Amino acid sequence: MNHSKNQAPELAYGTVITGKWHKQSYRIVGKLGSGACGTVYLCEHKAVRFALKLSSDRTRITSEVNILKKFRKVQGQHLGPSFVDVDDWERPGYGPLSYYVMEYLQGKSVAQFLTGKKQEWLGVFIMQLLSELENLHQAGYIFGDLKSDNLLVTGSPAHVRWIDVGGVTAKGNAIKEYTEFYDRGYWQMGSRKAEPTYDLFALTMVMLETAYPKRFERGKDPRKTLYQKLEAAPSLKAYKSLMMKCWRGDYQSASHMKKDVVDQMMALPKENTRVGRKRANEKAFHWYEIGATSMFAVIFYLISVLMRF
Amino acid sequence: MKNGKIKQILLLTDGCSNHGEDPIAVAALAYNQGVTVNVIGVLDDTQTEQPKGLDEVESIAEAGGGVSQIVYQKALSQTVQMVTRQAMTQTLQGVVNQELQEILGKGQTLEDLPPEQRGEVMEVVDDLGETSQLEVLVLVDTSASMQHKLPTVKDALLDLSLSLNARTGKNSFSVYTFPHKKKTISQLVAWTPDLDAIDKVFPKISSGGMTPTGPALKESLYQFGKKRLFRGMRNDEPFEESGS
Repeated sequence: MNHSKNQAPELAYGTVITGKWHKQSYRIVGKLGSGACGTVYLCEHKAVRFALKLSSDRTRITSEVNILKKFRKVQGQHLGPSFVDVDDWERPGYGPLSYYVMEYLQGKSVAQFLTGKKQEWLGVFIMQLLSELENLHQAGYIFGDLKSDNLLVTGSPAHVRWIDVGGVTAKGNAIKEYTEFYDRGYWQMGSRKAEPTYDLFALTMVMLETAYPKRFERGKDPRKTLYQKLEAAPSLKAYKSLMMKCWRGDYQSASHMKKDVVDQMMALPKENTRVGRKRANEKAFHWYEIGATSMFAVIFYLISVLMRF
Repeated sequence: MKNGKIKQILLLTDGCSNHGEDPIAVAALAYNQGVTVNVIGVLDDTQTEQPKGLDEVESIAEAGGGVSQIVYQKALSQTVQMVTRQAMTQTLQGVVNQELQEILGKGQTLEDLPPEQRGEVMEVVDDLGETSQLEVLVLVDTSASMQHKLPTVKDALLDLSLSLNARTGKNSFSVYTFPHKKKTISQLVAWTPDLDAIDKVFPKISSGGMTPTGPALKESLYQFGKKRLFRGMRNDEPFEESGS
């Protein structure tokens, strides 16, 4: 856990984990992922599939369960995966481990999903994420470690969900966990205090990452690097002013930022009066295309929202 | 831990000590005196094998009740804040465990509680981590091989200050370097609530040949005492309620 230890080998397919306290059994049927603080397995319990996070960092498991349980209290939410069970397990030959069991979310990464899709879909995701963030913030929490790796696009209709809640922090406290690329402190764009604006900044970095899948370093002048990268990303042209407004600190809440995203997506195709006649024709076509598809995307989103009720 | 204060020494080094007292013994002494010792071993980004001397890193932290980590320069910033936070949690957990033993009997720790109660106790630990007063003395090894790593160390310390100052609880930092020709350690930044000052002073560091980690750690211990004395003289102890 705290000192460098030899990592125990992964659990074999078919291993059965039985909890010390609640006596529930889970059969491992696959591996979903692993990080510095544990491994997430796919498991079966009474013919239902769940995700199980197993770790030797038992404190961490306890903290994460606390957060998952809090999510249950946020009404009518699809925030994170729902919590199922928490327990300890004595792994033969390796000593005590802790784990928790949660809903198994099946889906694609944001990047996988966006591949080959029109850019308006990015807008739909941002809109969905801002709605979820709005709910979370209203409940008094900040997501903290918001990043592409922690997001999953599930089902049809497509919906973004977050899968790792390890960074969720009570508003006003210090951000517990972050990833440099998405951290506004790293970019010298603000503090690490858990406030709504912290998540909004991370969200713009998720957007920027869609144009730079390999990410980039901050360089000598981090702020300048950000603006340059945004400028040089044609796929983000439609969101440029939104992102810059966010970086300037114009948005104090997720709902405020969402309003701008929705307004932009709802905008009717219009000629841009500031461009010359020749280019205006090209532009008009472009706007028509964006307008039509974003209308479609918004309708689709509305249907998906309705379907959830 | 008196008055909800956590005291830590954060040692940044890249090799093993070769002079004076055994740093592991000094770390044990520090721990006994209520100061946790955390150690970060800094590797060159090009280094492929872990040098032998770095075994010491783990032993010092273990004896000092702290956390150790060996990292490449590139990952230093995130590691420094992570180690500091982890050590805080560990210290607070230690305190909570002691309390638990008094209530539940010998040998009982947080992990012997059923998950539900454990969760409740962790809430308290997390909350203490957010609000406790924290004193961190950063001790930087500036021997020859560390020289080119110092700009990274500076960045990491600025970053640490940024992370910790987002907390509700108060922070105090000081930075010392070793070796030093006359004194064992030399003060770079006196006790201060944030490390912004480090930006100016860091390039001035000059290096020496030996690595007297043990004596440097011991000398660092005294800096906590000095501070209290100084504070007492200024009569601004924050937890004393008087009608002055």
